[in-house]
Order: sequence, then structure tokens, then C-alpha cells
Amino acid sequence: MAIDSKGARAVLLPDATVSRTGARLTLHRLLHSPSALISSGWLTLLVLVAVILPPLVETAANRQDLSLRLLPPFSLDNGPMFILGADGLGRPELLQLIVGTRTSLLVAASAVAIAAVIGFAIGLISGYFGGWVDEVLMRIADIMHTIPSLLLALAVLYVLQPSIANLIIVLAITRIPVYLRVARAQALELRERVFVESSRAVGAGDWRILRTDLAPMVLPTIRTVAMLEVASVLLAAAGLSFLGIGLQRPDVDWGMMVADGRPYLATAWWVTVFPGLVIVLTALAANLLSNWLRAAEDPSQAARFIRRPRMRKAAR
Amino acid sequence: MTALLKVDDLRVEFLTDTGSPARAVRGVDFEVGEGRTLAILGESGSGKSVTSKAILGLVDFPGIVSGSIRFEGRELVGARESELRGVRGTGIGMVFQDSLDSLNPVYTVGAQLIEALRVRMGLGHSAARARALELMAEVGIVDPERRIDNYPHQFSGGMRQRICIALAVALKPRLLIADEPTTALDVTVQAGILRLLRRLQDETGMAMIFVTHDLAVAGQIASDVIVMYEGEVVERGVIEEVFERPSHAYTRGLLAAHPGAVTDWRDLRPVAGDPMLSREEAIADGF
Repeated sequence: MAIDSKGARAVLLPDATVSRTGARLTLHRLLHSPSALISSGWLTLLVLVAVILPPLVETAANRQDLSLRLLPPFSLDNGPMFILGADGLGRPELLQLIVGTRTSLLVAASAVAIAAVIGFAIGLISGYFGGWVDEVLMRIADIMHTIPSLLLALAVLYVLQPSIANLIIVLAITRIPVYLRVARAQALELRERVFVESSRAVGAGDWRILRTDLAPMVLPTIRTVAMLEVASVLLAAAGLSFLGIGLQRPDVDWGMMVADGRPYLATAWWVTVFPGLVIVLTALAANLLSNWLRAAEDPSQAARFIRRPRMRKAAR
Repeated sequence: MTALLKVDDLRVEFLTDTGSPARAVRGVDFEVGEGRTLAILGESGSGKSVTSKAILGLVDFPGIVSGSIRFEGRELVGARESELRGVRGTGIGMVFQDSLDSLNPVYTVGAQLIEALRVRMGLGHSAARARALELMAEVGIVDPERRIDNYPHQFSGGMRQRICIALAVALKPRLLIADEPTTALDVTVQAGILRLLRRLQDETGMAMIFVTHDLAVAGQIASDVIVMYEGEVVERGVIEEVFERPSHAYTRGLLAAHPGAVTDWRDLRPVAGDPMLSREEAIADGF
């Protein structure tokens, strides 16, 4: 008897969950997943900081004071803005980080978004239609992969003026093949699936199949790759800034701050470590969140997010 | 009897890297009359699935289709993709064997039914939804109101196959091709699906091509039968007569291998020959 009633209730449970729709359900699951919650909290905080604070602190951030050169962190003697110390020119580390947040996020997000959209679209089309279009596109992707992205960026940014817009374009172009390959590989596999054939059997056209059968299945992967790519694009931008062809002062991003602190690594660790730490945390948060989103939005994996204690309570 | 579908000397070859093309279908011809049910019988690899796909123009490169397939007088072999799209769904519907994979896993079954109805039948959203509910009830889904927003993985195999059938008959095809629709299901579910198909056929008057390797299933549902072996039709006729008086050695072999025909398993005769063997070896076997 006990088993019977338990079984019956357990069957009813999924319906209760399913009836909660879309965004609300995702939010509900988010609140029950600590790592995803912290990650999204951190990313939200960064975005808010990047949007609100820079205009207010930009002047103070770039004020140089050689008497405060390499000021150690964790002391409030010179005011709260020096809590994280000062860099080699006596600029407050905290405010530099805040201004750098805006540039870093802008560059990384824009470059990733542009590359992802273009690579996704071309990859899907290339994989689905195949034939000579596919051949040509993949050879171009091969060529782009063979040219070291750093070299390409060096050449382009040397010819064009180093600016945020050009930096975004260069980073985006060099990352397109990543998405292109992922999208193409999945499209190749998906187009052989029976549901694509059955869509064709009810008279669906190629574009409809691309849009409704292929795109939604490839999108989660592309999104995961894109969020993973945020970290590497952050680092690539930092590398270019370090070489002096990325951003130019007074623009500042996290990568540039890491590069600036490098000569003082032995004596003043904080100049490098704080921006480095922010990069690591951001990359980690992006990775965790992307992983979680992928699993949470897959209906067949969603059961993992119904917490056990709740299930037991409901079963009783 | 007017022929709804007339297939003449249909050949399907698949180009291979090794040079000689694989000949999956070698000159098949048959007709399906209005409201008739044709069973295409044959073992794995006999070319029956490829034949049914060729009718819908679903054989892609490196497959090459030649011969003639006329549906309602229109030639389908070599027709342009846009022309074929007009025939698919509304003219000829198809139900596949793998019911799990023939529904898109990321959309609810309702969304998929509604999309097909809106795009192909030109219904508005609410009309399409109402029709989708109707169709689900028609194919025997209990409580369609509650189930319409479920995803394919939340249905059992038999229920999914019913949804696939609903999707196919939603567009009111003149001809329904069922490619082993019951092979992946157990016997009781299979009987339900067969009853459903027969009822839908009675209601709509559509013709049906039923691809199967199961003699009993063919006997239950079909009025005519062709038996395929090695990509060729070796036997054709009204089903009772073929079962009664098989003229070809292979058909006799198939019937002798059917468990329902004997009382003791020792009387079962396995079918000699193997589609994987060369054609010459098969001919040597007496086919």
C-alpha cells in the first residue's frame, strides 16, 4: 500500500514541475544551485559595475601620484580607493579595475558575440547543405586556423589604428573558426536524424529545417562554447595590450593591468594579482554558468535539478 | 481501379568509393489504387525502405533514383525540390520506424503538430491548437489537453508512434507510407497501432503503403502485397492469394519460416540466402 501511494504521487510530481513554465522554472532551479547562483551573481555585479561606476571614477582612476607608487593594499590611510593598493605610477588599483571592467567586458562580450553569430550561421549552413559550399568554407576556416591569430592581429592592428572597435573586430575574426567547426559538426550529425527526415516528409523547406530542427539543437553548444571563449578572448585581448598593439592608455583593461604589473611581480604582487584574480574569477563564473545553463535547459536532464528533499516531501 | 501511385522500373543506386555502385532497388514496379493498402514485404536489406523513401524523394546523394514514380499523374522522379515539397505531407505522408527520433526532442509534441498545421494547412494558431487536440484524441492519446505541452521523451514508444501518425494524417495525405511503424513496439501496442491505422484509413479513404518484414502484420492490414528480395519484386498479388499459393521460392521460404504456420518449432524452415551475399550466390540458392 505504501509503495502504491508513493508511486502514484511520484508520477504526479513531474507534472507539477512541468506546469511551471520557462523563465520562472529556470529561475527556480537557479536558486537551488549554489555554484550557478554565485556565478551569475558575480557576473551581474561586474556588469553593473561596468555600466554604472566608470564615468564617476574615471578621472580619479587615471590620476597619477608618484608618492603613492606601489602602495601596498589593505590599508585605508589614503582613502578607500587605495584599499587594493596602487600601481607603478601611483594610480589607485581599485578604480583602475573598475574602469578596466568596462573595457574588458565590452571587448570580450562583443568579440565573442560577433564571432559566435557569424560562426554559428555559416557552420549550420555549411554542414546542412554540404557540397562545394562546405568545401570552400572549411578550407577558408583551415587557412584562418593556420595563420597564428596573434600574427594576424599584429598585422591588422598595425595597419589600422589600435582602437577598441578594431580590437573587437580582429578578435572576432580570429575566433570564428571555433564556432564554425562546432556548428558544422553538429549540423552534419543532425541532418541525418530521423526527425529531420520526417520534417522533410511533411514538406518542410531547407530554411525551416535549419531554423526549427537544427538551430535549437546546436544553440546550447554554441552558447557553452561562447561562454568558455569569453575567458580566452579576455586573455587574447590582454596579450595584445601587453604587446602594445591592443588598447592604448588612457584606455585600460584587466589584461593591460596584468601586463603593467609584471615588472614588479617580485616586489609588488598586488599590481598583477588583483586583475589576474578578477580574470580568473570571471572566466570561472562564465564556465560554471554556461555548464549549468546547458544542463538546466535540457528537458531530459532537468530532473537532476529537482532537489531530493523536495521529492521526498512531495512523495509523503 | 484508378492508380493513385504508379511506380515503374524504379532503380536506386548508391555510389560508393570502390567504383561499382550498390544497387539497392533494381527495377521495381507496382501500383497503389485509391483506398487500397499495399504491403511491401521483405527481409532486411531487400530494398523496401529505400523504395518508400524514393517515393517521397528523400533519397539524397550519393543515392541515385531512376525510373518513374507517378503520383496522381505527376512524375516525381527528377522533380524539383519545390515541387516535391508540395507533394510531401499533403499528398504523401510518412510514418517512420524510429518513433523516438522522428519527433524533434526540443519542442513539445503540440508545438510540432501546430507548426505543421499552421504552415501546411494555413490554420491560425488557435484553430491549429484545437485541431492538434482533436488529432491527439483521434489517435488515442488520453487527456490530450494535459499531454499537448509534453515533450516527446515524456511519452512511451507506442504513444510517440501515435503522435507521429497524428502528425502524418494531420495534413490529410492521399497516401500514407508507413515504414515499419510497429517493428520497434511490442505485440499488444502493435495491434493497437494497426487498428488505429485501419480506422483512420476507413475514415479518410487514404491509400497506404505498409512496409514490413512481418507476415502476420501484413496479413492483418494489407489488401495487396509485393514481396521484395535483393531489390526486386519476386511476388505480387492480392494478399490472400499470395499467402495461399506462393509462386516464388523465396515467398514460400518466407511463409515456411513464419512461426504461426507450424505447430512445432522444429518444422520452421529458415530462409536460405542472405542479402549480404552476392547476387550470384543467391541465384545459386534458387531465387
